[in-house]
Amino acid sequence: MACLAVWLYGLSYGAVAVADGFPVWLPAAASILVIAGSSELLFVGVVAAGGSPIAAALAGLLVNSRHLPYGLALPDGILGRGWRRVLGTHLMNDESVVFALAEPDLAAKRRAYWFCALGTLAAWPSGAFLGALAGSVVRDTNALGLDAVFPAVILALVFPSLREGRMRLAAVAGAGVAVATTAFLPPGVPVLLALVAVVAAR
Amino acid sequence: MKATPLLLAGLGILAAGTFAFRLSGPVLRSRVTFPVPMARLLEVAAVVVLTALVAVTALTSGHSPAGYARPAGVLMAGLLAWRKAPFIVVVLAAAVTTAMLRLLGAALG
Repeated sequence: MACLAVWLYGLSYGAVAVADGFPVWLPAAASILVIAGSSELLFVGVVAAGGSPIAAALAGLLVNSRHLPYGLALPDGILGRGWRRVLGTHLMNDESVVFALAEPDLAAKRRAYWFCALGTLAAWPSGAFLGALAGSVVRDTNALGLDAVFPAVILALVFPSLREGRMRLAAVAGAGVAVATTAFLPPGVPVLLALVAVVAAR
Repeated sequence: MKATPLLLAGLGILAAGTFAFRLSGPVLRSRVTFPVPMARLLEVAAVVVLTALVAVTALTSGHSPAGYARPAGVLMAGLLAWRKAPFIVVVLAAAVTTAMLRLLGAALG
């Protein structure tokens, strides 16, 4: 189910990238090599707005720095060893981490993580590629409401955690900080600045 | 737009740097053992960052507010998630609500 949403989001991303004038292969290649949606959209957006690709990459990395706490939060034994560890590390994303943390025991966590990670590997690049192909046909993907898909996916995923009072307090405070500072900070920074709200969960 | 070497370099930096971030979490974790409060702190940190990501992507475009259609779609998704609707219903409702509002807005505007 989450994969279908990721696929829809991939469609919109591919379409947006092509509409911004990128070649069809770029969103497809980025979706496999980076496989972190919001940073790829940011990369495409900054370059399309006339920014240097290097600056765009640094902005994308700022957004992706959240994978460091994700990796710390994952219990040992989920990623496995050898090539599985490399693949599992590369496929770490918002969805796979949230689904894994929601499960009660290690075996279920590992199942949820890999199911979601491999599902994303199937859905994200194929969505991005199809979207890029379709992008030359459908001009305005926002008319389809596809830009609401990404926040809706993440919201649905964190919702169970938000039922806990202190967690909700911290999350809402952090969201407030992020939105308030978006007007004047570079993209990616407000989301990290939200971390000051972690103290509210104590 | 052209596929300049600079564009490829940017893509390479983004890909390699992202992998480094993904790798450093598990690597640090196996070197250092974190006490339970620390683990809880990290869990809270992940939820806070994700919720902030929801708020920023739902409410803003670039440095400005996102209008009303997308926030309304995400609000609809939040209501359905609260009522424990199935995941795919939540996500599709967001897209459909946003699209309908834009259609209405275009018709009225």
